[in-house]
Amino acid sequence: MILAEHLTKKYGSQTVLNIDKLEIPKGQSFGLVGNNGAGKTTLFSLLLDLIKPTTGHIDNHGVQVDKSEDWKPFTSSFIDETFLIGYLTPEEYFYFIGELRGRNKADVDNLLAQFEDFFHGEILGQKKYLRDLSKGNQKKAGIVASFIGNPEVVILDEPFANLDPTTQIRLKGIIKELAAKEEVTVLVSSHDLMHVTDVCERIVVLNKGEVVKDIKTSTETLRELETFFGG
Amino acid sequence: MGFFAIYMFVALLAMGSSLYFILRKIFPDENPMWMLSRYFIYWILIELFFRYFMQKLPVMDIKPLLISNIKKSSIAHYILGRSAVSFYNLLALVFFIPFGIVLIVKDYPTLNVLLWWVSIFALVLCMNYVNFLINKVDKALYALGALLIGLYALDYFGIFSVKDVFGPIFHGLFVYPATVLIPLALAFLTYQMNYRYLKNSISLEGALKSKIKEAKTSDLTWTKRFGELGAFLQLDLKMIWRNKRTKSQVWISLLFVFYGLIFYTQDIYSDMKVMHCFLGIFMTGIFLSNFGQFIPAWDSSYYSMMMAQNIPMRKYLESKSLLIAVSVVVMFFLTIPYVYFGTDVLLINTACAIYNFGVNIPVILFFGSFNKKRIELDQSPFGNMQGTSATQFLIMLPVLGAPILIFSVFYFLISLNAALIALTVMGLIGFALRNTLMNSITKQYLAKKHRMIAGFKEKD
Repeated sequence: MILAEHLTKKYGSQTVLNIDKLEIPKGQSFGLVGNNGAGKTTLFSLLLDLIKPTTGHIDNHGVQVDKSEDWKPFTSSFIDETFLIGYLTPEEYFYFIGELRGRNKADVDNLLAQFEDFFHGEILGQKKYLRDLSKGNQKKAGIVASFIGNPEVVILDEPFANLDPTTQIRLKGIIKELAAKEEVTVLVSSHDLMHVTDVCERIVVLNKGEVVKDIKTSTETLRELETFFGG
Repeated sequence: MGFFAIYMFVALLAMGSSLYFILRKIFPDENPMWMLSRYFIYWILIELFFRYFMQKLPVMDIKPLLISNIKKSSIAHYILGRSAVSFYNLLALVFFIPFGIVLIVKDYPTLNVLLWWVSIFALVLCMNYVNFLINKVDKALYALGALLIGLYALDYFGIFSVKDVFGPIFHGLFVYPATVLIPLALAFLTYQMNYRYLKNSISLEGALKSKIKEAKTSDLTWTKRFGELGAFLQLDLKMIWRNKRTKSQVWISLLFVFYGLIFYTQDIYSDMKVMHCFLGIFMTGIFLSNFGQFIPAWDSSYYSMMMAQNIPMRKYLESKSLLIAVSVVVMFFLTIPYVYFGTDVLLINTACAIYNFGVNIPVILFFGSFNKKRIELDQSPFGNMQGTSATQFLIMLPVLGAPILIFSVFYFLISLNAALIALTVMGLIGFALRNTLMNSITKQYLAKKHRMIAGFKEKD
């Protein structure tokens, strides 16, 4: 379970995030939507202890993230291209992440084999460093790397952006499959309302740093979101 | 490059201002200007050789310029003009201007010196532009190297005197002020050649597209021997090998092994033990200071990942310390041949290596926690001072100053042996306290973590 309490983040006098209480039960697939500057990445960065909260705290499975590093073994994430190591080939990067998460080469190869379709022959065996791949292909590598080592919490910031339509659809399938596992909590943020309602059982809308909607996904959800953002 | 750039400036400045007197002393009957001119051809070849590795055409992000209402010719002029004010071009001036000033003071004709400076700068610009032309061809480097060695061999074995041929040509630049027009014309010509080439190939696919090198996967399975640290060590080795800026650190460090030759071979320094101590700390610690001063900024472009991944800070730091420790040992072994200049030299270098190992490694890691400036790994190694801040100046004091001070105190008050023992004991104490030191350094890094992440995200 992930629990945020009295969580605020201020830069100077500007409040960019203000969440009194947010609870994400274990195994939930959680979608975060909001316009630019709504605080989505801020929330994820706080969850990964990349920035410090001004007040309050986040607990990840009972570990307060800014006090202990013990959340790291079961949490994995892909936020942006700064999560990639540009001078490694995708394979080397996967093996390195595998090493960090206690997986040997064979384990990693097994996992990668499941993503052959998703990679579409553009990632493995290309003799290219990650820095020389296109944005979309970098993203594919980063997303798959976050699945290495059976993490219990997977955090993906805007995973659909920059991907071609075929890959977006395949990614939806992958995330759904992951979310179906009871022990895995998936957190996804997106600007694409359709994709996010498709893959998440719960959607939280952030606006100017505050939670303005908290919806259990149903057939009505997409329309509700469209009305909210359209109006 | 902080440390190294400052060092180069100071060294060249000192050499430029003292060269006249040194030449006077060594060759009392020869005109220093004449002696210097005889070696000009080597200066030019050596500089071209180094520029080949270090300097690349400043291909800044011209994408936005391409779609704006700016003529391609202006963009080409802009790129070439900007390259004229690079760090490399300054180096020669830092050397030749003080030399010229000494000449003026020594009653050489002022006009000649002034125009000679202009000639020098024109020659520097020539090299600047020639480098961009030959940089596209890999073979050019071998050709340069072969030419350099070939000419020097001809000279050295007295088969053919290259110095006698080129000496008068370059000396002429000083004696006949009007000849300044020749290097100026050459500079203009090389500029034009670059300009023509650039103008025709300014497009995202042309000259400005950086070559994508085929990636070589390497296993480095031997790093497994280092257990849990192996993965990090492997990552660091790949980083060093696959990025321009880090790779050049290694070459520079290796080159500095020869630094000792300059001093050990001269009688004036043979009794200056403090100087030897400086050399010992410097040579065994060159990689330590060049690489160490920017830890953890080397990882700045993916630092948030490192901090979110399953990596305990302590392990991250230990792997860096392992890498530096290996470098100290390697550098020490490379300096062993200096035993030729006396056992004292070897003993001093050993004490210095032990000191570097025990004390300077934790010290440099500690100061690294103050780094919060981003380093772009794939940018040219020299020209930029990226990642440099006041921290880099502060680091030099304890790393280089402290051991020399300790050495001097014991050496002058007691004896050489006492000084050696002092450095060794300090190093051993540092090594014994390693665990405690690493713990407090880890705490320091954890405390500064958020500041570093934020700082590393800022691009200049």
